[in-house]
Amino acid sequence: MSDVVVLGAGMHPWGKWGKSFVEYGQVAARAALADAGLEWADVQYLAAGNTMRNGYPGYVAGSTFAQALGWRGIPVSSTYAACASGAVAIEAARARIQSGKADVALVVGADTAPQGFFGPLPGDRPEDPDWLRFHVLGATNPTYFALYARRRMEMYGATPKDFAAVKVKNSRHGLHNPNARYRKEFTEDEIAESPIVADPLRLVDICATSDGAAALVLASAEFAAARGDRNRQVRVAAVSTVTPTYPNTYLDMPDIATDSAVGATLPERSFRDSIAHAAYEEAGLGPEDLSCAEVYDLSTALELDWYENIGLCAPGEAEALLHSGATALGGRVPVNASGGLACFGEAIPAQAIAQVCELVTQVRGEAGGRQVDGAKVGLSINQGLFGHGSSVIVTR
Amino acid sequence: MTKPRVPVVEGLFREADDGSARLLAGRCPQCGAYFFPKQWSFCRNPSCSGGALDEVELSTSGTLWSFTDNRYAPPPPYPAGDPFEPYGVAAVELADEHMIVLGQLAQGTDVTRLAAGDRVELVVEPLYETDDEVRTVWKWRVES
Repeated sequence: MSDVVVLGAGMHPWGKWGKSFVEYGQVAARAALADAGLEWADVQYLAAGNTMRNGYPGYVAGSTFAQALGWRGIPVSSTYAACASGAVAIEAARARIQSGKADVALVVGADTAPQGFFGPLPGDRPEDPDWLRFHVLGATNPTYFALYARRRMEMYGATPKDFAAVKVKNSRHGLHNPNARYRKEFTEDEIAESPIVADPLRLVDICATSDGAAALVLASAEFAAARGDRNRQVRVAAVSTVTPTYPNTYLDMPDIATDSAVGATLPERSFRDSIAHAAYEEAGLGPEDLSCAEVYDLSTALELDWYENIGLCAPGEAEALLHSGATALGGRVPVNASGGLACFGEAIPAQAIAQVCELVTQVRGEAGGRQVDGAKVGLSINQGLFGHGSSVIVTR
Repeated sequence: MTKPRVPVVEGLFREADDGSARLLAGRCPQCGAYFFPKQWSFCRNPSCSGGALDEVELSTSGTLWSFTDNRYAPPPPYPAGDPFEPYGVAAVELADEHMIVLGQLAQGTDVTRLAAGDRVELVVEPLYETDDEVRTVWKWRVES
C-alpha cells in the first residue's frame, strides 16, 4: 500500500466570527492548498467532516465545500462522527489514495457553533440517548466531564489544583498560536475565582464552543516525491478510527448506562486505551517514540486521563507527570503545544483536523514560539460521542 | 386535588407501591446481559445469538462510581424551572448487573459529603409539573 503524506495544512483562526461555516472552510482549504503549492484543480477527491447545527449544507459538507471552491466533477464524501469527524474524513481521503483512486485529496472540517451548552437537535425522541440524557437527567457534556474528573479525585487523589495546572500550562502554550481563540495566560488564582459549572469543574476548566476550520492536503508518496519540498512533507504513519469493544463498561457520553459485563469477557483494553493502541500498532511505534501529542482536553481533567490512555504514564500517575514538567513546552513530551481546546474551544468537525495541522507544523519545525525541540513524531487523539475513536500519528 | 404522578418518559421505570423506583431493563435469556434502557428487542452481545430480551427490573441499590452537581440550567429539552434549581447527578455501579447507571441525586443530597463507594438506593421524585400532572423520574438517594 502506498504511503500517504501531508503536503499542506491550513486553518481559519478559531473564534466567534458570526459567519457561515462555508466561509471558514474555504479559507482553510485555500490555505492548505497554498501551503502544499497546489491548486484546487490538482485535487482529485474531497473528504469533509459534517456539522449538525448549520442545516442541510452541514450534512453534506463535502459537496458544500466542492461547490464553494467551484464544481469540478470530483467525488466527495461527507462524514459525521461527532468530535472524531475530522479523523474519519482523513481516513476516507487516505483510503482513497491508498487504493490508487486518487493521488491528491483535500480534507476539510469547519463549524459555526452556538453559544453555551451544546444541546440535542430539536424534537421529542425518547429512543435517542442524546435526547434522553438531557430531558430526563439534565446531563450536559460538562456533567460527564465532571463525573470523569471526580472519578480521578476519588481513585487517585487528584485535586482541583491539579486540573488548574493543566489550564495554566495550556494557556501558556496558546500564547504563541495565532490560530488560537484565547491567547491569555491564566494563573491559579484566576482559575480559583472562576464559577463552578459542574463540581469539581469550573468554567475555565471546560472548553468553549467555537467557530473555526482546518484543512489538510494529502497525497500519495509517489506524487509527493515528484512535487514540492521534501523537507516539508510529513508522513501519515497511522490513522485509528476504532469503535468500542463489547462490553463497554466505562461511562461514555451520551449514554445513561454502560453495557453490562454479565455473560461477556471484558475486552483487553478500555475503549480510550484501544484508540491509541491501534494507532501505535499501525505505526510500529510506542509512547516512548512520541515527540509531542495533541490530546482532546474537553476539560482540564480529561487531559490527565489521556496521558494514561496514550501510555505516557501508568494509571494514576498523570498528575505527577504533569507537575514534573514533562508535558509542558521544554519537557520530554509536550502535550497540547497548540494550546489545546483550552485555548481554541471546540469546532467539532474541524478539531481532529486541527490537531493534525498542529502536529504537521511541529514536525516541520515551523511552530515558532511554541516549537517542540527536534519534533519528529506526533500523536493526536480524541473521542467522539456515540463510540468514535480518533488518533493520527505523523512522522518526519 | 392531587395531580397524578406520571413517569417523565414511558418504559424507563415504574413507581412501586412503597414509593421506590424500579428501573425497567431488558435481559438476554441466553447470555444474561442487561440493557438499560431496554430500547431494542434484541441482544447486543456480538458473541451471543440470543433472541428476544426478557423484561426485568434492575437492582434497587448500588454504589457511587462518581458524582457531580449541575449549577447552570441545561438547554432544552431539560425542563428547567424558573428560578433554576441546581441538582446532583450520580453514576452508580450495580453489582449483580455489572453496569453503571446514571441518575439525578435525590433532592437535598449534599454532594460535598459523598464519596465513591457510598451506598445509594432508588427513589422516585418529581422532575417537573404540568397543569394536569406531576412528571416523575428515578433518582439516587444515599442509604440511611
